[in-house]
Amino acid sequence: AVPISQRRLMDVKLGELPNWAASRDFTPNGILSAVRRGHDRFYNKYINVKKGGIGGVAMLLTGYVVLSYIWEYDHIKHDRWRKYH
Amino acid sequence: MILSFFDQFMSPTHLGIPLIALALSLPWILIPTPTNRWLNNRLLTLQAWFINRFTQQLMLPINLGGHKWAVLLTALMLLLITLNLLGLLPYTFTPTTQLSLNMGFAVPLWLATVIIGMRNQPTAALGHLLPEGTPVPLIPVLIVIETISLFIRPLALGVRLTANLTAGHLLIQLIATAAFVLLPMMPTVAILTSVVLFLLTLLEVAVAMIQAYVFVLLLSLYLQENV
Repeated sequence: AVPISQRRLMDVKLGELPNWAASRDFTPNGILSAVRRGHDRFYNKYINVKKGGIGGVAMLLTGYVVLSYIWEYDHIKHDRWRKYH
Repeated sequence: MILSFFDQFMSPTHLGIPLIALALSLPWILIPTPTNRWLNNRLLTLQAWFINRFTQQLMLPINLGGHKWAVLLTALMLLLITLNLLGLLPYTFTPTTQLSLNMGFAVPLWLATVIIGMRNQPTAALGHLLPEGTPVPLIPVLIVIETISLFIRPLALGVRLTANLTAGHLLIQLIATAAFVLLPMMPTVAILTSVVLFLLTLLEVAVAMIQAYVFVLLLSLYLQENV
């Protein structure tokens, strides 16, 4: 059979997911190449098209806003419904 | 109460990574590199058009020696405009509100223009310290004043950018808080405040772009004097 690190993610069974996560490349080079691959996939699908509209960039910006919210959640949760600010 | 309005200018850390790292890396993602193709996608075409026009306009008054700075100044302008405009999105962090970053941009670049002037044409560079046609008794005072004004330039560049953006963000937060708090009590006033908030947001968009432009323009001016 094909070793777990060389199978496509859709072919990995649910129970084998921790093993798959452990077999991924977590060196800085590995992380960098993963980011580059992800970026290339997104860019070529949504932005690098002949008649791209605002959708591609809008998705990127929405993702950025959501990520920023996650980053700031611990900080903002104190502001929620305080009586005296 | 006083502290919580300035909280937006602190970069919170999540999993050990400060938010400013994410905010600073976004311009790289949003401004893709042009390819070797003849026809690129729309985003790249728009971007290339904008960059070319901007560089052309910027380099118009500068003579040939200063054209080495074209790439640097345009790249700086792009970075500042992206950082400023992205900071207007909700929950995002604007790195240019930090004085340290703006001074980090202003001081080395200004110092470079001064040193270039002093090395290549020291007489002309020193001559800028005395405007033409000043009455003789005023000369000592004016030299001191012009030297002070020369040394205050990097400070002014950095603080101008910081102050404009910080003030804009603070105003938005204050007026938004006011509109939100007024809503249950006096809906009419809340609607008026919301209108003010909307206009202010438009202003902030303009300010974001203008400030970046002014920064780069002034730098090019200093370069023009000295090159």
